[in-house]
Amino acid sequence: MPVILQVSNLVKRFGPLTAVDDVSFEIHESSCFGLLGPNGAGKTTTIEMMEGIKLPDTGEILYQGAELGQQFRNEAGIMFQTTALQEFITVREIMVQFSRFYPHTTSIDELADRYELHEFLNQDTRKLSGGQKQRLLLAMALINKPRILFLDEPTTGLDPQSRRNLWKQVQEVKERGATILLTTHYMEEAYELCDEIAIMDHGRIIAHDAPDALLAAHFDDVVVQIHAADIPSEVGEREFDAIYRNGNAHIVTGDVNKTVERLLHLNIPLDRLRIRARDLEDLFLELTGKELRA
Amino acid sequence: MWNRIYALFVARNLEFVRDRSALAWSVLLPILIIFVFAYAFTEDNPEKFKVGLLPGSEPATAAATFVDTRYIRFIEFDEAPGNLHKVERHQVDLLFDPATNRYWINQTSPNGYIVEKLLVAAYADSGESLQKILVEGDEIRYIDWVIPGVIAMNIMWGALFGIGYVIVRYRKFGVLKRLSATPVTAVEFLCAQILSRLWLMVAVNVVIFIGMDLFVDFRMHGSYLDLLLVFTLGSINLICCGLVVAARISSEEVANGVLNLFSWPMMFLSGVWFSLEGAHPWMQKFALLLPLTHVTDAAREVMIDGAGIVEVSDHMLVLGISSVILLFIGARIFQWE
Repeated sequence: MPVILQVSNLVKRFGPLTAVDDVSFEIHESSCFGLLGPNGAGKTTTIEMMEGIKLPDTGEILYQGAELGQQFRNEAGIMFQTTALQEFITVREIMVQFSRFYPHTTSIDELADRYELHEFLNQDTRKLSGGQKQRLLLAMALINKPRILFLDEPTTGLDPQSRRNLWKQVQEVKERGATILLTTHYMEEAYELCDEIAIMDHGRIIAHDAPDALLAAHFDDVVVQIHAADIPSEVGEREFDAIYRNGNAHIVTGDVNKTVERLLHLNIPLDRLRIRARDLEDLFLELTGKELRA
Repeated sequence: MWNRIYALFVARNLEFVRDRSALAWSVLLPILIIFVFAYAFTEDNPEKFKVGLLPGSEPATAAATFVDTRYIRFIEFDEAPGNLHKVERHQVDLLFDPATNRYWINQTSPNGYIVEKLLVAAYADSGESLQKILVEGDEIRYIDWVIPGVIAMNIMWGALFGIGYVIVRYRKFGVLKRLSATPVTAVEFLCAQILSRLWLMVAVNVVIFIGMDLFVDFRMHGSYLDLLLVFTLGSINLICCGLVVAARISSEEVANGVLNLFSWPMMFLSGVWFSLEGAHPWMQKFALLLPLTHVTDAAREVMIDGAGIVEVSDHMLVLGISSVILLFIGARIFQWE
């Protein structure tokens, strides 16, 4: 697939802090590219430079081979991490306003059908729930039939059901052929939606590939997960080099049978044992030594 | 381009009209101020007598005796012809030239009558003779004088805070950031804000003017169209001031401070409430730097003296040129974030 957006040697400094440090990558047309990293990793600064909101100190961003210009503005759909809407106007009015900004648009009724906006279409924007606002912001980002869609942590703060709904809607956008650039710190979200991911830390990209390819390249083992209450930490750490997080002991092993035998030998109850493949969260921990949701 | 400006224009109008408390406040405040100042303070002017004094050699004994009279405020004028209208309009009670012993007086002025008695008494035993020159004209009541200033002041508040505060709030909460991610340019956004604010302010002030005209009998000698042009250009100028203030600030507190820094000196040094006649020369010169001075003076000349647009062209020129400069600066330094 052709490259739609190319980022080369991007650098952005804020005083003594280098927020983005020599970042380069390409995004292919009709793919979903995920930019992952903990808070402060530099992913929002990177995406905002790609959106044309911030100017890089050095480096280059090319959209379809040209610098970001009017064509990019007309063809990009953008959903920020947080957006305030003008007050005292209704959802329909703000959508009418945005539709007048662009030469080619999707009808408001079609967007309202697709993102279930009808129930609050004539409601003041100040009176929307979190889920309703995210749906509206997504609809606003799609009003210009974008060829490339930027989603900066679109599901942060949403309840699990709203999050799943939004994933479904993003999948539909992808199926219609739009290119998507997504930042998130939810690994499940990245795995579900992205064809390609780049993991950022301290302003640099530390890994970049398809999610499964990254996992295959870094891991040939699995995780045996036991409830933390069933295996005292001194035993887990001494016998298995276990890592304790989220209320579980995580034992990384290349030989599950041998590990289970050893656990039985130590009289560790296995009622709540779970064996899982290594995931992106493990990968991030492996690469940076930090938990992703830090 | 025009489609985008129109979209922003409509959205801002809806915001303004639906924000009932702000709308009510922008209409009620000037009316309240006019009633308070027109009726509460009209009869309590602390400066009872004002005499214009023309320059010349050291006044003779009789003239010196008169100039030493206490409780009369002597205001130095540079020449007679350009200041006679102040005697005509009762803005000064008498104009006196000690060099030639001539004085100008409006016989319908009660204060002028008393001051003339004092002047004649000072000359009584001097052997010198006074030359009396009569001028004619109607008295300007305080309410006639203050209304153009109050409307101009209302325009100033509406322009500075209406545009400055709104843009800063947009920036603070990320509304501008969202707009910057669309094809809307800074110039389109600023034009929409100016147009929206301009027509709303003109409409609100026309309503105030008509409303007051129904209840208060004030002087309107000039053309309504000329007055509309004065207030429209004044509004554009003050809106552009607000744009410059709001071009980069993202804190409402800082914006509030800077807007107050702009508005309060204008409020008191632009001659809205009291004439700067007799004020220190540097203050009079400083007042000429303030756009509100030119709006107020031009509106007064139209409403009180019946001046046409040509006669107030000096004020219009200052307002027009400074508007272009301010708009250019505002657009150049404007930042979405």
